Amino acid sequence: MESTIKLSQLAIGSKAVVRELPRQGHASLRLREMGVLPGVAITLVRTAPFGDPLEIQVRGYNLTLRKSEAEQVMVEISKAET
Amino acid sequence: MPGPAHHPQPFTSQRQAVPAERRAPVYALVGNPNCGKSTLFNALTGLKQKVGNYPGVTVEKKTGTTYSQHGRPITVIDLPGTYSLAARSPDEAIVRDVLLGRRTDTAQPDRIICIVDATNLERNLYLVHQVLDLGRPAILVLNMMDLAVAAGLNLRVARLEHELGIPVIPCEAANGKGILELRLAMSRTDLPLSRHHWDIPAPIAPAVSELQASLIENDGKQPLIARAEALLLLTDQDVVRVAGSTPLSDVTAAILAGWKKRWEGQGVDWSGTLVASRYEAISRLCAEVVLRAARTGPSVSDRIDQVVVHPLWAWLVLGGIMTALFLSIFTLAEYPMNWIDGEVAALGTWVKGAMPPGDLRDLFTDGAIAGVGGIVVFLPQILILFFFLGLLESTGYMARAAFIMDRLMSRVGLNGKSFIPLLGSYACAIPGIMATRTIEDAKDRLVTILVAPLMSCSARLPVYLLMIAALLPADRVSVGAKVGLMLLMYALGTAGAFAFAWLFKKTLLKGEPPLMIMELPPYRLPRLKDVLLHMLERAGLFLRRAGTIILGISILLWFLTTHPKTSGDVTTQEQIAHSFAGMAGRALEPVIRPLGFDWRIGIGLISSFAAREVFVSSMGVVFGVEDSRGKDTTPLRAALRQAHWPGGAPLFTPLVCLTLMIYYVFAMQCMSTIAVVKRETNSWRWPLFQTAYMTGAAWLLCLVVYQAGRALGL
Repeated sequence: MESTIKLSQLAIGSKAVVRELPRQGHASLRLREMGVLPGVAITLVRTAPFGDPLEIQVRGYNLTLRKSEAEQVMVEISKAET
Repeated sequence: MPGPAHHPQPFTSQRQAVPAERRAPVYALVGNPNCGKSTLFNALTGLKQKVGNYPGVTVEKKTGTTYSQHGRPITVIDLPGTYSLAARSPDEAIVRDVLLGRRTDTAQPDRIICIVDATNLERNLYLVHQVLDLGRPAILVLNMMDLAVAAGLNLRVARLEHELGIPVIPCEAANGKGILELRLAMSRTDLPLSRHHWDIPAPIAPAVSELQASLIENDGKQPLIARAEALLLLTDQDVVRVAGSTPLSDVTAAILAGWKKRWEGQGVDWSGTLVASRYEAISRLCAEVVLRAARTGPSVSDRIDQVVVHPLWAWLVLGGIMTALFLSIFTLAEYPMNWIDGEVAALGTWVKGAMPPGDLRDLFTDGAIAGVGGIVVFLPQILILFFFLGLLESTGYMARAAFIMDRLMSRVGLNGKSFIPLLGSYACAIPGIMATRTIEDAKDRLVTILVAPLMSCSARLPVYLLMIAALLPADRVSVGAKVGLMLLMYALGTAGAFAFAWLFKKTLLKGEPPLMIMELPPYRLPRLKDVLLHMLERAGLFLRRAGTIILGISILLWFLTTHPKTSGDVTTQEQIAHSFAGMAGRALEPVIRPLGFDWRIGIGLISSFAAREVFVSSMGVVFGVEDSRGKDTTPLRAALRQAHWPGGAPLFTPLVCLTLMIYYVFAMQCMSTIAVVKRETNSWRWPLFQTAYMTGAAWLLCLVVYQAGRALGL
């Protein structure tokens, strides 16, 4: 599918499904332990006033991550309308 | 009759004599941050709490006592909040090490209470899943059931109990609901082990078995603990070690390294696979247990956040909260501060009257009482700040402030979590430094501690006010100019803090850019009782930790300013001039003369090492203006204006006043801060470094300003 983009490119308010996370690294493991795993649905809630960090909703709670961390996460935009 | 598997062996290495059945069991309380763990702990133990430190680490150790249904005392250890047992910070490492029985200072808990936020079961269960692997009898507390119901969640508690095989207790810790049921469960002698089982992913299973075998054989672990530890070793990326915890045996470490190397070669993502398989098991469980009614519309927190983190309103909210904070610190605190000032003076007078004159009396009154009193007077401010910080934390605003400020803080290599501690330091660096505990990354935390005292605290105000008054006589200069100069000093300190933070992150404490993976918890109404308890606990910690150092330095400074004794009847002005401090001032003169300071200012610098505001009173003594403790500094200002160098040139020129203010912006002149940094970093190395760099920077900057000013003919 061509609709796989970086999490950092997702538009505010849109929903997506996580497809890929980097194998190694601090950020990756912590994200996974916080429930951001391939196959999980997320929503980009908003960004901080300067556009970074991002706030996402995942597994029913809100999580922040920096743009640089979001660039490593590939997501597939959900087609289902909200 | 429970089978043998339901009765874990007591740890013979740690508790030899008393069998587990007779000794009251020790419970550990574990849970995610923001799940109401402290509230539950307070509800269980009331005021029967002990707060201390784990030896060798600056992680708080909280233990309390609660009572079983038969009135037998039960010990509860409140462990720091964590999302996972794979540790990334010293706090999390303590949770892991206590639960695994790796610490010699804390016996391994017999039983575990897992508390989860019922509104967010899925993520909260991740930690529970890890904890249940430990093979200890456990109780699961579903906290905030009321909020879960309000959010439209329907939880099948009996089903969850059945699936996990341990007691599950719905609870509203904030309202005291469910506490009785929890106590009853805690009183049970036959608390079962969890039945939960999950399949370790196939590529990893052989490694877990091998590590488990080695942990049993080489590290002396119990089989169940060994399995849990083997699993954890695979998700700990670079294992955080803390002082006081037993390290792995060489054999086990070698096996671990061997497997990791093999997997790297094969491209196996071992830690990711493990996390994913746990979440799969949790998702299956949640599908059985959570009947979610569709949520309608955005939650209350969402609506609040539309304002609180709005690109524009965010700054107004932040500004408003900060204004309220500082207004209350500077206005509310004044009454108790004046009262303490009066009481300390009265105590001094009383002791003076009650004891025969002599060195011992003066040591008590002018050394100990006056010195410690000078610090205690700041206690109201410190308490208010602790109260506000606790309030911001418990409502959930702290996380929002970190979220908003992260971008700006990242410019100097820090993350948003450093913002509130630094901001608090405008009032007093002590609560600021103690608030850095929320910063996970050890290096970031250290950098924040190192630069926090550069933020102009309230003890600098008297010095600024005196110098501005001496520099800009009221009749000739507008109030605007004075305010402007004051703001300039605050700006200078702030800029200095950020510049040094950047420098330290680039050089001394280089590290990976800090993560900003943080939960934004839903807003919650704070519980006054919890916030007050937190405030008192913090203030108590400060007094206990800093007390002895403050007392020591106070007495030392008293000795330096009053000895050797000048014979005959002399004024305090002459006495201080001939004291060790006076000698030191004169010895210091060559060093501070390039800054435009003479030996008398040198005495002020030395004596105000205790606390910055002491500068004002010691200038009073040095220039023979008695009773400069009062609010009115007019006589002192007049005396300062008349002070001259031996050659006749005026001492306090506008340039010298400005230089002196800049000196106080940068120099580390606060023994309480030094004492707190010593405690928080667990060594003398960092407070000494901090004192050296701050005072060095102060000297250098003053030199530049003074010499440049002279060259310009000021």
